[in-house]
Amino acid sequence: MITLNVNGRSRDVDDAPNTPLLYVLRDTLELNGAKFGCGLGQCGACTVVVDGKPVFSCLTPIAILQGRKITTLEGLGTEDAPSPLQRAFIEEQAAQCGYCIPGMIMRAHALLTGNAAPTDAEIREHMNANLCRCGTHMRILQAIKRAARGMQAADARAPAQEVRP
Amino acid sequence: MNAPVFTPSRRNVLAGALILSFSLRALPSLAQDQDNAASKPPLPGSLKRAPMLDAWIRIDADGVITAFTGKCEIGQGIRTALMQVAAEELEVDPHAVHLITADTARTANEGFTSGSNSMKDSATAIRNAAAQVREILIGVAAERLGIAADQLHAQSGAVVGPDNRRIAYGDLVAGDVLHVTAQPVSKLKSPDALKMIGQSMPRVDIPGKVTGGIAYVHDLRLPGMVHARVVRPSSYDARLLSVDTSGIEKMPGVMKIVRDGSFLGVIAEREFQAIAAMHALTVAAKWDVATKLPDEGNIFGFIESLPAEEHVIADKHADSAPGTRTLEAVYHRPYQMHGSIGPSCAVASFDGDALTVWSHAQGMFPLRKGIAEMLHLPDEKVRCIHMEGAGCYGHNGADDAAADAALLACALPGRPVRVQWMREQEHQWEPYGPAMVSRARASLDIAGNIVDWEYEVRSNTHSTRPPGAGQFLAARHLEQPFKPGPPRPGEQPDGAGDRNSVPLYALPNVRVGYQFVPDMPLRVSALRGLGAYHNIFAIESFMDELAIAAGADPVEFRLRHMQEKRARKVIETAAQRFGWSSASMTEGSGRGFAFARYKNLGAYCAVALEVDVEHESGRVRLGRVVAAVDSGQAVNPNGIANQIQGGIVQSASWTLYESVRFNQTRILSQDWSTYPILRFGNVPESVDVHVVDAPGEPFLGTGEAAQGPAAAAIANAVTNATGTRIRHLPLSAARVKAAIGV
Amino acid sequence: MAFSLLLVVVLGAGALFFVAHVAMPEDRGQHVFAPDLVRRGGELAALGYCASCHTAEKGQPFAGGRPLATPFGTIFGTNITPDPESGIGLYSPAAFARAMREGIDRVGRDLYPVFPYNHFTRLEDKDIDALYAFLMTRAAVAAQNRANQLAFPYNIRPLLAGWKLLYLDKFRVTERPDLGRYLVEGLSHCGACHTPRDRLGAEIASQHFDGGEAEDWWAPPLNANSPSPVPWTEESLFNYLRSWDAEHGGAIGPMAQVVAGLASVPEQDVRAIAAYIGSTMAKQGESDGPVEDNQTQAMQAHPQGAELYAGICATCHETGGHVPFTVASLGQHTSLYAPDPRNMIHVVLEGAHPPEGTVGAVMPAFADALSDEQIAEIIAYLRARFSGGAQWENVEDEIARIRRRTSP
Ligand code: FES
Ligand code: FES
Repeated sequence: MITLNVNGRSRDVDDAPNTPLLYVLRDTLELNGAKFGCGLGQCGACTVVVDGKPVFSCLTPIAILQGRKITTLEGLGTEDAPSPLQRAFIEEQAAQCGYCIPGMIMRAHALLTGNAAPTDAEIREHMNANLCRCGTHMRILQAIKRAARGMQAADARAPAQEVRP
Repeated sequence: MNAPVFTPSRRNVLAGALILSFSLRALPSLAQDQDNAASKPPLPGSLKRAPMLDAWIRIDADGVITAFTGKCEIGQGIRTALMQVAAEELEVDPHAVHLITADTARTANEGFTSGSNSMKDSATAIRNAAAQVREILIGVAAERLGIAADQLHAQSGAVVGPDNRRIAYGDLVAGDVLHVTAQPVSKLKSPDALKMIGQSMPRVDIPGKVTGGIAYVHDLRLPGMVHARVVRPSSYDARLLSVDTSGIEKMPGVMKIVRDGSFLGVIAEREFQAIAAMHALTVAAKWDVATKLPDEGNIFGFIESLPAEEHVIADKHADSAPGTRTLEAVYHRPYQMHGSIGPSCAVASFDGDALTVWSHAQGMFPLRKGIAEMLHLPDEKVRCIHMEGAGCYGHNGADDAAADAALLACALPGRPVRVQWMREQEHQWEPYGPAMVSRARASLDIAGNIVDWEYEVRSNTHSTRPPGAGQFLAARHLEQPFKPGPPRPGEQPDGAGDRNSVPLYALPNVRVGYQFVPDMPLRVSALRGLGAYHNIFAIESFMDELAIAAGADPVEFRLRHMQEKRARKVIETAAQRFGWSSASMTEGSGRGFAFARYKNLGAYCAVALEVDVEHESGRVRLGRVVAAVDSGQAVNPNGIANQIQGGIVQSASWTLYESVRFNQTRILSQDWSTYPILRFGNVPESVDVHVVDAPGEPFLGTGEAAQGPAAAAIANAVTNATGTRIRHLPLSAARVKAAIGV
Repeated sequence: MAFSLLLVVVLGAGALFFVAHVAMPEDRGQHVFAPDLVRRGGELAALGYCASCHTAEKGQPFAGGRPLATPFGTIFGTNITPDPESGIGLYSPAAFARAMREGIDRVGRDLYPVFPYNHFTRLEDKDIDALYAFLMTRAAVAAQNRANQLAFPYNIRPLLAGWKLLYLDKFRVTERPDLGRYLVEGLSHCGACHTPRDRLGAEIASQHFDGGEAEDWWAPPLNANSPSPVPWTEESLFNYLRSWDAEHGGAIGPMAQVVAGLASVPEQDVRAIAAYIGSTMAKQGESDGPVEDNQTQAMQAHPQGAELYAGICATCHETGGHVPFTVASLGQHTSLYAPDPRNMIHVVLEGAHPPEGTVGAVMPAFADALSDEQIAEIIAYLRARFSGGAQWENVEDEIARIRRRTSP
């Protein structure tokens, strides 16, 4: 038994320790977000966030994940209450087939967590690890920028709320 | 007579058709329709294939509205567009329409979801059916209320009278009022009364996809489901000599190893266990590697050396001024792959008697036929249900994965079996877009007008899709193998390798030939746009070559030769929004323009863009891109823009980087390191799409409209930037560098 | 400090000897070059890897700005485009030849030997002419050179004259060697990275090709001291220098740029380099037996590293070379036998990313997925498994150091 911390919940799984996280997420924990794309670390479809960093779940055995915080697409928000980043993807209609999008969102999430106001060049550079075959790139970039703007606006409002009694 | 052939039980219709066990298999064939066509005008769109209204629209007693399409959602947003169309004519909220996509047990047989035909075929059928349903319901209400039908109107799922009396649709559907044959002419809403059509309604599938909902066949989990992997031969025609499975059978979770001839697969409790066993089998399998592939370095010479059928596609002659200058050019396009980000996947379940297959292939009815043939089952014992996959862009491995799943499920009755291909399997085994060669020759008169145009294109088939069982890889590898059917050239006006080989420009003398090459050194089939990608690249490159020879601005030169109003509008819109000018740019930068009407029947699309070419490396970088598109009556402008943007970016990847690599035995393009594609670091600065609406005009297919124009616009911009013409795709850095010299 | 003082004294003496080189006159003439000369110049520029030091990441070709870390501080590659203000547009052929051979710029200042004039001094006139023709026909880019960041006393340029007195002459040769040797020892300046340097940054002649370093990567020996378990042959060197060798793998780190440049030069030049290096690497009585693999012992000694390896690396590296750009056994990579773990660390942290649109090894960066300790475990396991147990020291500290250096 290995205990994983997935989206804030502790989950016991009985998969072999060398099983890549991707299969445990999809098959054992029945989470759909992370996708199999290549299994070789070349496409990013399987990207999840571990301790704030984007990680290819297809090349990350669960043995090394005990005690680390794993966040998947499902951990950001739900269809009824999407996270700001997910909402930005919906608002920009940033998907065609959408298969690459969960990985895109997770990689972008890691970027925005560390850098709330990335430049266009920084976003392009950071996202270079993930592939999209439908050519949705321009909308993905727009969605990330939209989310960043929204988060900055929210940040700007936050102190004002604090001074209220 | 159509009606008697289609006989669902009345009970099902009354019950709201929620439990549908009948099949639409026995629908009248197109041939019968054509017999009727002599006496009546043809039914619109796919109503021709399934003329009963309730094959398209059903309404339950509780008011639930279900629309049916035989087309598949393949990431093009068709689900949303069809809901909009149905809702429009039914006067309901689009979200109130429950849409069922291709399912051999439930929907009409609309063949393949391909060729950008879904809007033309299915949306047309659904729109007309919905309009006729609305009128029928108004008629029923009129009778019931004793009010003239023209005093009533439909509104929010009810028929409403002058005194605000209303009867909900659900209360009007008693009996089989909707179980009637469609009429050829419907009372469609007038363009200015449209409320939903023309709105950029957000796609209904996106919220689920961005939050982890079950969106793809890859996400399907059935009770008791197990996982399988196949081991493909080491090269195209390799035969499995032996495989020692003794140790592998004992690996954790392994349930069954299935071998039939050279078809080899393994079923395990869990997915990663299946993968581990697959790796072990790969090492254990001994193959007779028989394949002999041609030399990649001389592939075009090889294709030119193969026997070909000659077809004349266009041959027209008129009086014209004498030509004073003649230009000639040869264009090449290599094999290129679909390269779906998610490798193909399918789930199949066999209960000992009947088989159900969930697949993301593009045609459920042809798939069923092929699988039934492969398994020696009657058609009605196989049901194929479409679920989404990763974007396919044509005929990729989806059908093959479905056949794999079917074979493996039959080896383990009672347990649903899920198969997904590995990345290297998808890369090596999917059918590629064929390599193509074309020659263009044209003469200009003294005034710089084209007087004579000749074009010849040489290509393999562009479709090796089912129904024939021999079209599946697995079926070819069985002990009793199936043979692939004879390759077909395709037919005009859609065309295949010759798609868009006839220029839309008004030219006095045109001769277009198609050299169809039946022999296929590499496995090929339909890739987004088919021959249109290459032919438009060639024709629109050549138009620029002629414009330069004539000393004309490329946009002006195109307009000079274009008479179709809508084409001109699209060309002018793109040029104007881009800020087109022929003023020269700084060294190393260039502009390019290209235009085409997809298939000469579908959407009109023009692309203007700018590039920078780094002289030292030959690397091409894309700057601003502007496109204009006329898709007829625009149902969902944002959806159209999305398709065009995606098409441009994908075409940029094909055009700048892509070519399938192989040696004399096998395919070397096995993953993204050996078949690199566009990444974020090199996408254009911006891609703006202007949708030129054409209210009241028929829906035109859009999904493939941008591929060709984007390729030619890039090639033209590279010439503009470097002064050198490259006629050989891809425009890789090495090729550009070699062309521009030191 | 004592060393610095000594240095100042020694070099100062040299400086006295050589002070004040004359400034060469501005050359504003219009040159016309034969196309063949320009073309050969382009090939020579690739063989000399000019772009790799004189082009900043994502910068304009030859416009300078690339930081080059040396033990004495950071030196920035200069603008060698023909821009008259910021580049070398005012150089006459003679001024260019003097810079190449003697390390003196047009106005008479001494150049730092990170610019390998100690090798270029061997170039024949016709090759210098070709390089001149090539560079003078590039697009002129106005880009000011960045000031070097050097510590005292290395920031005193005249001291370089003393350095040259000590070292430069040793490299001058007069006879025309064969093409391979001419390129390797001259233009391609292989020794600049593959020969160890002394405290004054000069290549130690007695340890020619014994292995050195480049941008904090280990540059393996190019002589019989190569620790590679699979012997290098002329053929495998050629494959490696062109793209990929099935026995040894492909170039990574700074060497990857060298290989990228060599992809476009005539085959005979690369074959000549491979032949010469092949001769310098030849070992007596070598045989190509299989790579030693102590898997069982290594697993016992480093169970955690073995498990990490099996769960992560083996996905690609334990498939017997079936995954593109992997070799049959990781044990065939020379870096595992290096005197220090830097190359291993770089690869695991940074991965491999070929230029966009080009076929080449893609390896994900594991900096985010793995901790220093985990990377150290994997390295210890591999080292034990293939290199006979001798472990590197302070691997975790090195990982932390390289992490700091590469991720700002
Ligand atoms: S599936 Fe993990 S990177 Fe492609
Ligand atoms: S949206 Fe289809 S792969 Fe990105």
